[in-house]
Amino acid sequence: MGQQVINGLFLGSIYALFALGYTLVFGVLDILNLAHAAVFMVATFVAVALVGHGLDILLALPLAVLFAGLLGLVLERVAFRPLRARTDSNIAGLISSLAAATIIEAVALEIWGPNITRFPFGTMPEGPASQFQLLGGTVSRLQLTIIAVAVLLFLVLTWLVKGTRLGREVRAVAESPRSARVLGVNVDRAIAAAFFISSALGGAAGVLYGLAFNSISPDMGHGVELKGLAVIVLGGMGSMPGAVLAGFALGLTEVFVVANLGGSWRDVISFAGLFLFLVLRPRGLMGAAATREA
Amino acid sequence: MEQLTDIYLTYQSTIGYIGINALLALSIYVSLSCGQLALGSAGFAAIGAYASALATMKADLPFPVALLVAALLPALVAVPLGLPVLRLKGVFLAIATIGFGEVVRLGLVNWDYVNGAQGIVAIPQKASIWMIYLAVAVTLFLLWRVRGSKWGFALEAIREDEPAARTMGIPSTQYKLAMLVLGAALAGLAGGLEAHFTFMVAPNGFGFSRVVDMLVFAVVGGAQVFWGAVAGAAFLTVLPEALRELAPLVGIEPGPLRLLVNGLVLLLVILFLPAGLVSLPRRLRERRAARKAARAPAGGAGAAA
Amino acid sequence: MSALLSLRGVERTFGGLRAVDGASFEVAAGTVHGLIGPNGAGKTTLINLVSGLLAPTAGAIELGGRAIAGLPSHRIAGLGVARTFQSIRLFPELTARDNVLVGQHLRRHPSLLARLLLLRSAGEEARAAGERAGALLALVGLPDRANEQARHLSYGEQRRVEIARALASEPSLLLLDEPTAGMNPVEVQGVAQLIRRVAADGHSVLLVEHNVRLVMNVCDRITVLNFGKVIAEGTPPEVAAHPAVITAYLGSER
Repeated sequence: MGQQVINGLFLGSIYALFALGYTLVFGVLDILNLAHAAVFMVATFVAVALVGHGLDILLALPLAVLFAGLLGLVLERVAFRPLRARTDSNIAGLISSLAAATIIEAVALEIWGPNITRFPFGTMPEGPASQFQLLGGTVSRLQLTIIAVAVLLFLVLTWLVKGTRLGREVRAVAESPRSARVLGVNVDRAIAAAFFISSALGGAAGVLYGLAFNSISPDMGHGVELKGLAVIVLGGMGSMPGAVLAGFALGLTEVFVVANLGGSWRDVISFAGLFLFLVLRPRGLMGAAATREA
Repeated sequence: MEQLTDIYLTYQSTIGYIGINALLALSIYVSLSCGQLALGSAGFAAIGAYASALATMKADLPFPVALLVAALLPALVAVPLGLPVLRLKGVFLAIATIGFGEVVRLGLVNWDYVNGAQGIVAIPQKASIWMIYLAVAVTLFLLWRVRGSKWGFALEAIREDEPAARTMGIPSTQYKLAMLVLGAALAGLAGGLEAHFTFMVAPNGFGFSRVVDMLVFAVVGGAQVFWGAVAGAAFLTVLPEALRELAPLVGIEPGPLRLLVNGLVLLLVILFLPAGLVSLPRRLRERRAARKAARAPAGGAGAAA
Repeated sequence: MSALLSLRGVERTFGGLRAVDGASFEVAAGTVHGLIGPNGAGKTTLINLVSGLLAPTAGAIELGGRAIAGLPSHRIAGLGVARTFQSIRLFPELTARDNVLVGQHLRRHPSLLARLLLLRSAGEEARAAGERAGALLALVGLPDRANEQARHLSYGEQRRVEIARALASEPSLLLLDEPTAGMNPVEVQGVAQLIRRVAADGHSVLLVEHNVRLVMNVCDRITVLNFGKVIAEGTPPEVAAHPAVITAYLGSER
């Protein structure tokens, strides 16, 4: 039981990180950025490559996250900004994000090949010496590190969004781009900032996911992409606290479903949940009504 | 003549897939034609493929009856699905229908009677290319007749401004539901044909990436007109074949090259040709006319304005 | 004269704000009825309530004795109500003629079978509809703009196409929401004549308008709204002389 809670929190923290970035862009632009999972994947490969060149993972992680953020800026510039004036920008944006995802995946496939890549042995301490007993279960130092990094990133993000001028501008744009502009907010800059933060979070989730499961391939984003969709719907589209809550809820539920029903039912839960939530409670746990807009 | 036969035999599978993909792209197009991004087609195709395979293999039904089942069962499923999800707008409808598709796929993975993730194999090969193209032709005829009719105008009006269309007496929910049901039937039919064209079906052939392919066909071809989906499916089904020949020349593996070109084509179309490849000739004509008008003095300026 | 449209105690709130606050009045069949009031008086909300884009929070709306409050807008349209929009809502990608053809939705009864079998009757039905659309565009003074995409038309032209589109459903009640906004005086004159002509053909008109002179000229009766309440009603001269109207207008415009 305790073991399952720990595993669930661990999985949930990765889902939450991934979904936070996903939902941030949705909140600001009303666009589903399907390239988010590609950024997640590429950041992981970048981290592997950096570690492979002898960098410590504690240095490789922030660098990969920075790379992901910059890639987010490029995405915004190439695939989203040109479409912003279109009346059907939310559908057009979804499609151009798909295009961007496909291109990124193609590049990753060409550079790193279709096979599974792993972090070099010894990237993180392994073996019995690095394990603890907690809540009646076994926790590895890796798992604790991942949960700690995730919590740290939640705190940084909360400070960025609530405590800084840029964060307030991003929230103002999410509320209403027109009134934000009237209030003197540089909307382009706020949207670019949202993309940087979003992609950085997606990249962080990718590196942590890669460390956790150590099975890295160009299509590793596919599963998380749809899981992330379930999380942001459950949390309420655009709601960041909702995404964190729903991320942990999904992580815990999955671990318990696997333990009690078997592994093949794990994914059914998230999609059935996504579907039922959209039909019965479109606003999710803490979001605005989905039937009204976007 | 013999050469033609050779080409036909070599590319038989590609030719068949152009038709199947055209039906799948049309299944997305019909919802897009009234402004709805419904992405349940992979799930509907899976239902059609499995239902028809079971119909021919377990129930020994004749193939035409099996195809009828393949089209009707998803259509029946689409009604109770559509009533709640069509209240959702824009990307929310897309997400809900993606969720539906994944539930169908995972349900099949967990269904032992149909071999779970392995899928059904050794399905009798009963679908021939003329059947596939007959299905495409009938669909195109139907859409051609709807275009410009009272119903065609109603669909366009809903796509452009649904609340305004309703004030003209157009029951938009019924139209949206009808298009979802038609799309489900087309996807199911395509699934039934595919199952009996390739001898096997497996749940993972009907995942999210499959419905993305269908959407890409429809958008790249052009979602403003009904033949756009067919053009897009043909172009993007033939393209990988051409790229396979080209891959060694550019020094990129065929797999990544195919993805790269697909992604670039999609990006360029959505950025610069929102009405799809089928609008390219018209756009080129307009550009040429504009250039001519710019070059001509005085008189030309009036024409441009 | 019998009432075609009657509102009793109609109320609509948005959050805490009462946009329409217990409005009651009647529109007699075959008349042009003006609805005026200062900005924010609730006129457009009232039109949205009658056409079914919004549901009232309280009160009754009847059309020809039939309760329509809260019905979906396509049902209300089916009962004979058509409208234009203050912020023009033509279908921008469609041509002027096709916009009017959409407006004919309720009046066209083609046979799907005939259409699929390529029967001549289907072609004739479509041709007749196209001719009716052309005639309506001629009625609003745009016979030569039929093939132009709506988004390429001028502001005044777009407003007139919207009126043609609304007339295409042959409504018993036509709701016009500021049909002359942004028009030049010549165009305004044309719309005034058009409204009279439409009323003479037997359609009732409920006209929301800022141009007071136009309202005084074309309306049989006028209802004045302020802060969501009816403050005066009567013939144009009666309303013009009503003290509450003078205060409301002078008060709001200072």
